[in-house]
Amino acid sequence: MGKTLFDKVWDAHVVDSVQNGPQVLYIDKHLIHEVTSPQAFNELEDRGIHVFRPNQIVATADHNTPTLNQDLPIKDELSRKQLEQLSENCAKNNITLYELGHKYNGIVHVMVPELGITQPGMTMVCGDSHTSTHGAFGTIAFGIGTSQVAQVFASQCLLLSKPKSLRVTVNGKLKNGVLPKDVILYIISKLGTNSGTGYFCEYAGDVFENMSMEGRMTVCNMSIEMGARGGMIAPDETTFNYVKGREFAPKGDEFDKKVAYWKTLPTDEGAAFNQEYFFDAEDIEPMVTYGTNPGMGIKISESIPMDDNASFKKSLEYMNFEAGESLINKPINYVFIGSCTNSRIEDFRVAAGFIKGKQKANNVTAWLVPGSKQVEAQIIKEGLKTIFEDAGFQLRQPGCSACLAMNDDKIPQGEYCVSTSNRNFEGRQGQGSRTILASPLVAAATAVAGKIVDVTKDIETLELA
Amino acid sequence: MEKFTTLTSRAIPLDIENVDTDQIIPARFLKATDKKGFGDNVFRDWRFNKAGELNIDFSLNNQKYSGSILVAGDNFGCGSSREHAAWALVGYGFRVIVSSFFADIFKGNALNNGLLPVQVSEGFLKTLLETIKTVPETQIEVNLEAQTISMSNKSESFDIDSYKKTCMINGYDDIDYLLSKKEQIEAFEAEKTY
Repeated sequence: MGKTLFDKVWDAHVVDSVQNGPQVLYIDKHLIHEVTSPQAFNELEDRGIHVFRPNQIVATADHNTPTLNQDLPIKDELSRKQLEQLSENCAKNNITLYELGHKYNGIVHVMVPELGITQPGMTMVCGDSHTSTHGAFGTIAFGIGTSQVAQVFASQCLLLSKPKSLRVTVNGKLKNGVLPKDVILYIISKLGTNSGTGYFCEYAGDVFENMSMEGRMTVCNMSIEMGARGGMIAPDETTFNYVKGREFAPKGDEFDKKVAYWKTLPTDEGAAFNQEYFFDAEDIEPMVTYGTNPGMGIKISESIPMDDNASFKKSLEYMNFEAGESLINKPINYVFIGSCTNSRIEDFRVAAGFIKGKQKANNVTAWLVPGSKQVEAQIIKEGLKTIFEDAGFQLRQPGCSACLAMNDDKIPQGEYCVSTSNRNFEGRQGQGSRTILASPLVAAATAVAGKIVDVTKDIETLELA
Repeated sequence: MEKFTTLTSRAIPLDIENVDTDQIIPARFLKATDKKGFGDNVFRDWRFNKAGELNIDFSLNNQKYSGSILVAGDNFGCGSSREHAAWALVGYGFRVIVSSFFADIFKGNALNNGLLPVQVSEGFLKTLLETIKTVPETQIEVNLEAQTISMSNKSESFDIDSYKKTCMINGYDDIDYLLSKKEQIEAFEAEKTY
């Protein structure tokens, strides 16, 4: 029987198996940031254990960093201390850190692939649930807790039970204006937030084969929002071309050798999955969420469904929405384009493509936050920054920003924010904030109109990158 | 890690589905560099209202409920991988979380902190929630060795990975085990084919 992409990568990394228990899985790359690593470093120090493979660890500061005046000292004492601690820990343990201000600094799931560190067939972990992003390259990548961060520090391995396999196939051609974000929001709205729990998910079919690496990263990023520890897409020419020539990518013959291996990774014909789902690309439209989990999504032209479930009602009450109503024409005062889901160059090209020649609505505060210093530089190089500024938008500096609102980028109490991030949980973007998840196109259209508009009406005439 | 064998306690109901880790511990409290103090802010924005006053309608604040068992709705612990959620629940005094379904990462984090996730059937969860709400004095017994959860005359068995069960009962953690495998790990590195 054939093997799946997931099986091939997993099986190549098993060091040992505990009888009737988990397996010892070798980890190729360990990504760390300021929020979920300090307690792990403390744990090691308390127990007198050394970091086993510091050269397989990459560190960045992202969760807690300001997106304005990054050259000035950080005002918030606790945030400053957390960043200082990261610098100290990395220096002490010989770990490469792309700290605030470094030309490669950025959101861990944006800057690491950009540097060619993420490569097909690898195992990668990070104390962040959106580590699933890297699965876009055909890697096994998943989020871990801080105890596990300490385990990887100590042994470059984790004890894990092999997850079950799931495949989501989407065939056909996406309509104009339907972006990778809409595809994953659609899938989660159909399958629910816990459908993937216990599984690793492979995305297959025309839609993903025809998607850019940026788009694939957006899709894999949100795998965790349906409960799946990770998502994967088979590596192909698109993947190889993306990796080729990047800072830490293999070079010359070494690259060719790797490609030969990477080509063996895609799922074999006839390989069995524990669970399969199929969707048609033509059924997908631009999406928005109306509730407090990412599964509560609708096509922008649809109305909020009716449901008697108490948790559903609690969620609508929090959002101040009524079952059966449409979100079209809802006034929106905040728009956020950023996060590890949608802060890559392609996302800003889409936004700029829509915004060009238009003006931001007066009622809207819009935060445009690139995922990395490299994305920021590219935005400037391509002239997108000028387009944004001419339209009344301000480009901020890289970081996680209003996705989780650990820094000062907080949406005020009771306000709605149309956001390209990944979570619409209660208070996620600031205490009492109300998040509506959407694509960069829907977000840009909202910022221009000052309210939610049915972008599908313009789909025929839209000119997008 | 603290050992866990059996626990008999009253329980606190949290009859809400999809409780995410942002609710268990909001991101603004993640700036600490140690594991202390998170219990003070567990469910912060549900325990306190907008003005910062105690929300007496929330079950953790309801005087009639107490105990070190939290009984929660389906899909508990979804969202962020923050282990701070487990630290916050343990810090508040919980030793057991009961639900009909747990998110993966949270479940692992709980087990790594001596917090036992007990997954029960939807029917048992419903009965459990109703019983606690009607008779808050009800004692719930969780026996890890036997893998059972019981109250009054009702009982259900629950699953747990046998390795993790051994760790919980003895207070072992994964680091000890992984360090004992160092030679094999080095051999794997030397021979890996990919």
